Order: sequence, then structure tokens, then C-alpha cells
Amino acid sequence: MKARTTAGGRVDRSKKVRFTFDGRAYEGLAGDTLASALLANGVHLTGRSFKYHRPRGIVGSGSEEPNALITVIRDEARKTPNLRATQIEIYDGLIAESQNRWPSLEFDLGAINSLFSPMLPAGFYNKTFMWPRSWWYKVYEPNIRAAAGLGKAPSLPDPDRYAQQFAHCEVLVVGAGPAGLAAALSAANSGARVVLCDEQAEMGGSLLSERNANIDGLSAADWVARTLETLRANPRVRLLARTTAFGYFPHNNIGLVERITDHLESLPAHAPRERLWQVRATEVVLATGGIERPLIFPGNDRPGVLLASAARTYANRYGVRVGERVAVLAGCDAAFEAAVDLSAAGSTIAIIADARPVGSVDGPGFAAAKSAGLRILPSATALAVSGKLRVTGVQLGIVGQDGKVVVGETIACDTIVTSGGFTPSVHLHSQSRGKLAYDDQLGAFVPAATAERTRSAGFSRGVSGLTAALNDGATAGADAAVASGHACTALQFSAQALDVGLAGSPGALPQLAGPIPPAKAFVDFQNDVTTRDLALAQREGFQSIEHIKRYTTTGMATDQGKTSGLNALGIVADASNRRLADVGLTTYRMPYTPVTFGVFAGPARGDQFDPVRRTPSHDWAVARGGVFEDVGNWKRTRYFPVGNEDMHAAVDRECLGVRNSVGMFDASTLGKIEVVGKDAAEFLNRFYVNNWSNLGVNRSRYGILCRDDGFVYDDGVIVRLAEDRFHVTTTTGGAARVFNMMEDYIQTEWRDLSVWITSTSEQWSVVAVQGPKARDVLAKLVTDIDLSAAALPHMGVARGHIAGIPTILMRVSFTGELGFEVNVPAEYGADLWEAIYAAGQEFNITPYGTEAMHVLRAEKGYIIVGQDTDGTLTPDDAGVAWAIGKTKHDFVGKRGMDRAALKAAGRKQLVGLLTEDPKVVLEEGAQVVLAPNQSIPFEMVGHVTSSYYSANLGRSIAMAVVAGGRSKMDQTIYVAMPGGDIPVKVVSTVFYDPQGARLNV
Amino acid sequence: MLVIHCPYCGPRPEPEFAHGGQAHIARPHDPANTTDEELLQFLYLRENPRGLFRERWRHARGCGRFFNAIRDTNTDFFVTTYKVGERPALPGGAQ
Ligand SMILES: [Zn+2]
Repeated sequence: MKARTTAGGRVDRSKKVRFTFDGRAYEGLAGDTLASALLANGVHLTGRSFKYHRPRGIVGSGSEEPNALITVIRDEARKTPNLRATQIEIYDGLIAESQNRWPSLEFDLGAINSLFSPMLPAGFYNKTFMWPRSWWYKVYEPNIRAAAGLGKAPSLPDPDRYAQQFAHCEVLVVGAGPAGLAAALSAANSGARVVLCDEQAEMGGSLLSERNANIDGLSAADWVARTLETLRANPRVRLLARTTAFGYFPHNNIGLVERITDHLESLPAHAPRERLWQVRATEVVLATGGIERPLIFPGNDRPGVLLASAARTYANRYGVRVGERVAVLAGCDAAFEAAVDLSAAGSTIAIIADARPVGSVDGPGFAAAKSAGLRILPSATALAVSGKLRVTGVQLGIVGQDGKVVVGETIACDTIVTSGGFTPSVHLHSQSRGKLAYDDQLGAFVPAATAERTRSAGFSRGVSGLTAALNDGATAGADAAVASGHACTALQFSAQALDVGLAGSPGALPQLAGPIPPAKAFVDFQNDVTTRDLALAQREGFQSIEHIKRYTTTGMATDQGKTSGLNALGIVADASNRRLADVGLTTYRMPYTPVTFGVFAGPARGDQFDPVRRTPSHDWAVARGGVFEDVGNWKRTRYFPVGNEDMHAAVDRECLGVRNSVGMFDASTLGKIEVVGKDAAEFLNRFYVNNWSNLGVNRSRYGILCRDDGFVYDDGVIVRLAEDRFHVTTTTGGAARVFNMMEDYIQTEWRDLSVWITSTSEQWSVVAVQGPKARDVLAKLVTDIDLSAAALPHMGVARGHIAGIPTILMRVSFTGELGFEVNVPAEYGADLWEAIYAAGQEFNITPYGTEAMHVLRAEKGYIIVGQDTDGTLTPDDAGVAWAIGKTKHDFVGKRGMDRAALKAAGRKQLVGLLTEDPKVVLEEGAQVVLAPNQSIPFEMVGHVTSSYYSANLGRSIAMAVVAGGRSKMDQTIYVAMPGGDIPVKVVSTVFYDPQGARLNV
Repeated sequence: MLVIHCPYCGPRPEPEFAHGGQAHIARPHDPANTTDEELLQFLYLRENPRGLFRERWRHARGCGRFFNAIRDTNTDFFVTTYKVGERPALPGGAQ
């Protein structure tokens, strides 16, 4: 650790930590980040750039870092790419790898892109890959994909657990620097519930990088420690370190990600890796500080060029010298303070080259640098940087009073630190729809009007100077506490610090005028966007900053332009002779820093991704090898294979079994709604198309429900259990929306009706027993119900017991056979299933699944709403107009279906189709045409809605909606398929037992 | 995630609610005697303003009640929520 200072900083010099970077072993100290530990070992080179594969080094010291993106490997499944080295806390055994290089960081073949850089300007992708079009998929896109991208995502499932938690507080403070700590202290004093979060491992923000500052008589470090102790002792305060506020959502809903285990050497057994906090705060204080901007000059991306504030942090907080001989480029007074502190840490300051004109600079930073004996060169600019994998020198220029640049001296150095001024971190304020205003004095945007109950404090709103920042935070904290209903006065603080100015001028440093353009000067390091790219976008006519951003990709990398955004605006403003304030800003979007997929998914993965609904026969079906399908959240048995049967064979056998003897089917998934009240019948009269007044008690009827536009919405059998009580069934998928629609009309349209509805879908288990032997099976199980045709005719309902279980027994059929649907309280469903199966053995009863159910109902032309109808079919179109109560003055949909267009000739109508070849089964969804072999685009007149092979009929059957279909009976039309048009005959939808003789027995 | 004040239950998080489109679209009292134009208005034509909007919500995963709200579609902030049958004035007094 050759670059480690002898004393000071917040690292634990007694605890050595071993880690590897690109396979080489290094040593750091407890408290180091990967960045500080690498710098302590003299390592600057940490990655290759995105487009040109240029060698890149560490630039920053926190979440703003654009270059040092690292993959951390814990094991095969735990490879986390694109982490910033400046935020990775090292632990013993940490394995870190650089990205975007091959075969090695020092020698990277991708760097050949640099040779072609004249061919890779802004808009390169948009311009080059236009032609030939067919090359895009085969050549361009795969090659771009292989060459582009940053780190690699792990290929194994994520083994870690992620927690999610909601929290409520009165005051949320984001950022635990001086302003945030003062805000939290003030607000907590009032008794308000406070949450304070900070993205760093340690709270304290900029105070952790101070060397000489003190607050109220304590050193900055001691004041931080005392303040955190006070806050920690307050049970109404929650402190969340390593926690990034990544998104500001409406109504003061702030998303935080807490990183819990990534910094630990060994993973605790039960801790989640990360926790998502969804905080709902009455009031918010944003104390997010600011980010330093780099200066922009040719070669400014070489390893060894850092931000001045980062270099100062490495010296003061981590005890690391970023270089032995440092050239300081100043566009802001903060450079002076950094130079003084770097000098104190043992670095030689080769020069402070100040970009600002002679005599324009004064103030405490300047004075401190002077009195430290450092050489300051005013009106300076940087023209070139020497060195490839590490800076070896800088060529300075001098800007004359006429603005012309002349070549100045060459400075030998191993490091360049630059400060272009500080940008307030207004991301969260802006995400909350707060307005921004340009501060000419500061040279940056600051928060203006807020939209949410929020306020910014400290440097995040441009307030600089330690005492001012502390007191601004205290005022904001007190203001937030008062606004949330607590009496509170702001604390007062008094601090001594150097208090350098943080203002700067966004843009690029002036360059030599001349025919030879200088080397590339980088604005956006992560996306490799240069000053030339921005100028090119200007020349090509892009004016809006949103367009320039997308054309050049500036600010579109994973750092979202934290260090580059304002500089890009400055360059665009200069090039277009506009004021920076007039160029406008691109939108700040969440997340502030990248967030893992895992923390968003939380526990919703695997079995817990979605709830599963199981039918009463589920376990029975599993034990017999039933094959399931998902219907909404339901697991329904699709078929019950016997032996080695495939689906086709099983379904054929099941269909034959039902019609030849008897079958049983779990129909429990049907939606069920109980409609009760003295106006229950009137409600159903108004709601369904049918007439219900004349339905007797213990009778049932097939009902059709339309929307007010006249189109079929749902269907199902409705039973009248008593004068004022109906048992309504709905389709499996329609239960929730029918219930919602009923509530809507009851609550908002027909408030005169005395009627209540209750969902009873989960209260009833239903087994359908269907087939000529159905009555014989049930007869063995019921004692108190007369099953005879006279006592219990088709659509009749009886109540009594079956296998000792109370039941509502309905004689209904969705197969066209003699059939019953046995309803029992849900908890008896499995028992009922077993009892019927046992009783059915002597009749060779066939359990059948949804597939056979579909075939059987299609043989009879029974529709499935949502399959044979699609929201554009009236009852007449669907062939069920017979259900409409003709004498009713009104019902939902009556007026709608009375519109001329819904009664016009040529509407699509549901018909049956028979293929000429009985073995051909049509594709559901296939288009219907009137004439074969049409040229494209041919005229489509409908589509196939249901299509099956019917074992009972020994041939295929299908239903389709066809324009004017019922007028085309016995005509031949065609189903268009890629292999050729298939001739079909239009027939009735009822393929089996058209007289219904099998039903009424 | 919005906070929505159910007039029956108080402030609750948005996932408990279902949005129900524009409010105060009354079903005609006698649909049989409405013109096609009136039916068109009832079935299909809806406002989509930038600014204050009267809209329906249902506290679907709560008390189950429908109610109405005035929301500013610019900001997502609610002016008020109110029960079926009520109609408070907009800020500024407009109905
Ligand atoms: Zn409610």
C-alpha cells in the first residue's frame, strides 16, 4: 500500500483486508472501498470505456463514479456486474473483476475501435445500419450485441432473498451530510417520527472528508458521532445507512433500497441481501448535497485524472494519496482546498492551473493555497494529456485577454485533479415534479417550486458554507416537523471550516484555434460522448436537448449523466449561442442509481409469484397422474390419462365414456354469486337479458348477460332458491368482473332496489355428473331427493343430502346428456368427489377434464363466452337470442343491441363448420374466406372460434363466426391456412342430438 | 402509489382501489326512449382533460363501495372524494 498516508482517515489501520482484482492479490484496510484500496496500491486503471475501449481510471469517490464499473464475484450464482468501485466495501476474500475488456485490461483488442473512431461519431448506429435492411438481424445486431454492453448478468438463478417493507413517518430526511443530520436532529427534537437514510456505509456525508472543520467546538468527526448517538437513542428515529433513495413517487411515496449483506465477508444465514423500503412520509427533507463536475479538455479521460473533491476524500477519509505529483486544474475554488489537503497528505502539487482569468479569483481557498506556498497559474487551460494507461504529464495553454489560446508550459505529473464546480443533486426534487431554476451565480440548476410536501436543504439547493448548510438543514427539519403537526424550533449551529465557493462555469475549457482538431475531450465518460459529438449534433440540426441527448447518448448510461449532464448543457449552450438556462434540462428519472431486479421482485418468485387456486379434486387428480392447465389462477385438470395415453387418446376415451355411460367433472371453479333481497328478481330482470319473474322456486334457467352496449359479456345458470334468493353462476374467468358490474349497477344506477350480493364462489364445491347413467350413480348416494324425471326435470333443483352431505342438486347439463351438478359446501368437495367416484364404479364412471368438457359442449353447440364470443357479438350473433325476455321494457343492453348497426344484415354470426376431410381439425383463430386462392390482401369474413376432433361423431367439428353465416347454410366456404385454403361446409352449431332427446330422460 | 381517501374508510393506498373512468355518466332513465345520439354519449364519449377531472373509483379490496373523486390529472393530487349522489363544486365554484 505504497500510496497510504502514515496516519489519519477513517480506515482501521490495524485491520488488513485481502482481496483480488482481475486475479491479482491486493491488501487494503477495513473501512476501504474497492476504489480507495486500489488507489492505495497505486492502481488507477480499472476499466475500458464502452465504445472506444479506452483505458479508464477511478474518477469519483461515491455513487457518481462513471468509469470504475466492477463485477463482484462471491460464487457462481452471485456475480454482480456494474457496481461502482467507489461504493464497494472490501472484505477479506473479495473477488473483483474489471469489465468491457478482452483479453486483459492492459491489452484490450476492443481498443481497435479507437482507430475507427472517425467512423463512430454521434448517431453512428442510426446512420450506418440502415442498409441493407436484411443485414440488421443477421449481421449488425448480433455483432453490436456481442461488442456492446457492460458487465455480464449471472446465468444462475439468484440464490439470495430480498425483503420488502412499508414504513410510515412524519419526516423523511434523505442524505446524512451536515444539512441532513441537522434536519433530522431538529425534527426529532419535536417528537416527530423521523427516518434518515444515506447511500453510504457511514453517515456524515461531506463531514467525513473534512480535515480541520469543527462544529460547536467538536471536530467534524466527533460531531457526527455525537449526533448519530443522539439520533440512535431516540426511539422515534430510524437510521438507514447503505440505503439509497432511488425514486420519488406520487403522494410522498419514496422508494429506498437498503443493502444489507453485500459488504459482509460471510453471508448470515437468514438475512436478506437487500430490503426495499416503501416509505410514505408526511413531509420530506432532501439533503442530497451535490456532485463535482470534471473539467473538459483533450485527454481528460486518462487514468489518473480525478475529481478534486474525490482526491481530497481519498486523502482525508481513506488516508490515500491519489498521486505523488499532482497537477490541479481549477474551475472552482474547491480545487484550492483539495490542493492544500493533498499537499498535507504528502503529494507534491506541481501546479494549480486556474481556468479563470487573472485577478478574478479570491477567497479563502485561494488564500489557503497561497499561504501553503502552492504555485497558482491563472487564465490557464489544458491542451493535451500525455500517458496511456496512466497520466504522465499535461500540456497547458494560456488564454489571452482576447480569448485566444497560446501554448504554455508542459507539466510532468502522475495525476491530474480537476474541479469544474458543483452541481446540486436535484434528482429527487425533480422526480417529485418540482421545478428547477438556473442559478447564474452558482452555474447550476437549483430547486424552485415544489409539487409534493417536500423541501431541499443545504447544497442540494445551492447553500454552501458549513454553518449555513447546517442551519439550512435545521430550518428545513423544523419546517417539516411543524408541517407534520409538531411544535418545533430549528436548532442553531456554529462551525469553522474553509468554506470555499462551489460555483463554476459548465462547459469545456478553451482550446487552440487551428486546422488540426485536438484529441478527444470526453463529456460523458460512461457512454464515450465527446465535445465533438455534441458539436456534430448541433451542426446536424438538433436543437432540443432531449433530441441531442438521444442522438449522442449523453447522459444515457447507468450513471444517467451525474457528472456530465450540466457540462453537456454548457457545451450545447456555447455552440448554439444560447444561455444555458434557455437550453433546458432533460428529465430526471428514477432510479437514482441502478436497482436490482431481486429487490423489486422481493418474495414474489417461484411458488409465490402468483397465488394458486386448487379445486377439491386436485389431490385426487395429482395422485392419478392428471394433467393440469392454468385457467386464471386455477389449476384445472385438463385430462386424466390412463396408461400411456396421449392427450388425444385420453380425451377421446373421456368423451366416449360420458356419452356411453357416465362421467364426472370438477366444476367448482364456476363463479357463484348469491343475490338476495325483496327486489332480487327485479334486479336480475334489469340485469340479465332473460325474464326471471316467472322462474319458480327450485327451478333454474340459462342466463345471458350483456353490457349496455348490447354485446354478450357473460353467461351461466341461475337458480331461484327462494322468492327473494337467487344462486347465480358465472363463467370461471368472469366471476370477479360480473360481481363488480352488479355492484356498480346496484350502488350507482338502481339505488331504489333492495338487493344485496355476496360472492360465494369459494363456498361451494361442484361436481358435474353427466351421462345416461348419471341418475343411477346419484341414486346410490341420495336418500331424501326424488331423482325421477317427473320430480326433477331438466333445469329442476332439489335440496337434500348426498352421501350424508347437505346439497343443492341441480339438474343441468353442459354436455347434452342427462346431467346433474351437485353443489355441496366447499369443505366437503373432496369427500363428495370420492363418494361419486366410488358409486360410479359399477357404471365404469369416467372422470373427465376441461378438454373433454370443451369437446362435449361443442358437439352440442353450447358457447363459451370469451372463446366463441369476443365482445363484439350480440346474443343474436351468438345464436342465443331465444334467451331474451321479449316482454321486458328494459334490461342492460336492450337499447344498445337495438341500434341499426347491431341489427344489420351481414353481421358475423356463429355457425358450425364441417371440413370435407373429416380428419382435418381446423386451427382455432384461423381466418374464414368465401373464395379460395385469393391474392393478398384477401377478404376475411370471420374466424374459427372452436375446433376439435369429436370421437363421438368420428370426425372433426368446428364453430366459427362468419359474416351472414346463418344465410350460408350448406354452402362451401374456406378456411385460409399457410398450406392452402381448406374447404368447409356451413352447418348448424348443434352437431350431436339436435332434438335434445338425450337431455330429457 | 397514490393515497386515496375512501369516503367510508379514510386514506388507503392505491392498490386497494380500482379506477372506474369518468364520473357522473348516468344510465338513461328510459333507455328505450333515448336517441342514438344520447346513447352514443352514454356509451362511448368520455372526457380526457388535462387538469381537474371527476372520476369514479371503487374501494375494491376494501369496503367495496363506488365513490367519486376530483383529481388533477396534471399532478395526480385529489381535490376531494365524495359519495354517490353528491356533487361538490370544483375549486373556483364551477359545477
Ligand atoms: Zn372504503
